[in-house]
Amino acid sequence: METFVFYLFSGFMVISALMVITVHNPVRAAFFLVLTFFAAAAVWLLLEAEFLAVILIIVYVGAVMVLFLFVVMMLDVNIAELKRGFVKNLPLAIVVALAMFAAIYFVVSGEHFSVEKFAVPARHAADYSNISELGQLLYTEYVYSFEIAAVILLVGIVAAISLTLRRRPNTRHQKIEDQVAVKSADRLRVVKVESHKRKYEVKK
Amino acid sequence: MITLSHFLILGAILFSISLAGIFINRKNIIILLMCVELMLLAVNTNFIAFSHFLGDSSGQVFVFFILTVAAAEAAIGLAILVVLFRNKRTINVEDLDTLKG
Repeated sequence: METFVFYLFSGFMVISALMVITVHNPVRAAFFLVLTFFAAAAVWLLLEAEFLAVILIIVYVGAVMVLFLFVVMMLDVNIAELKRGFVKNLPLAIVVALAMFAAIYFVVSGEHFSVEKFAVPARHAADYSNISELGQLLYTEYVYSFEIAAVILLVGIVAAISLTLRRRPNTRHQKIEDQVAVKSADRLRVVKVESHKRKYEVKK
Repeated sequence: MITLSHFLILGAILFSISLAGIFINRKNIIILLMCVELMLLAVNTNFIAFSHFLGDSSGQVFVFFILTVAAAEAAIGLAILVVLFRNKRTINVEDLDTLKG
């Protein structure tokens, strides 16, 4: 059963990753990347990393990929122009990818990572909580790194906003500081008005 | 039985695919960013596989940090992309030769 699940989802992962790099439309590529992330989350569940599998779907599919889709849809790109040279680069890409894969394969499939060296660990009990174990590690041993990660996210927010913020002239908007600083004398002028003399008698 | 090698080879396949993607989509920055995300996913899978087979949860903590950095990187990268498109009306890598690099 485990073997079946592994091959099913890694097959999904590999095929959708291939689709990401070959489809012409960037929107479709983004959707195939979402499928890749879902399959990866299933594989991570198989490795008992439940928290990270959920985080992968929430953060990656829910936030990062939506951001990608937003940007892809906002930009008016000429896809045909961008795909020029696709076929020309294909042989080189295949050669480089195969060489890379062969190099890694010879390392990881040999005796160094065999079952004798890394025995398949027993499954955890049903009441094992991956979240509490990760939380204990995060808030004790890695607490400084955790805070740095928070700072990195803050820097990300500030950088993304300050890069894309644009102040256009000739737009109407409120000036809050002027509104707050204003005094009644600036807005209201009290004038003495002569009382009006009636020209005609009003008939009763 | 699924051994450590299976997961490592899966990571290697994914990494090689994303490397090939960087070669064949040399012009489209959006696809290049997606390929970088795929590479990070492959590396994360390796991290989690080692964490599982060594019985040490620290590997998962590192994946957590990698996800954080990758999210920040994607946000800033896409922001740069938007500003680039606003100024030059293109995202073709070959047109970005202002720095004469």
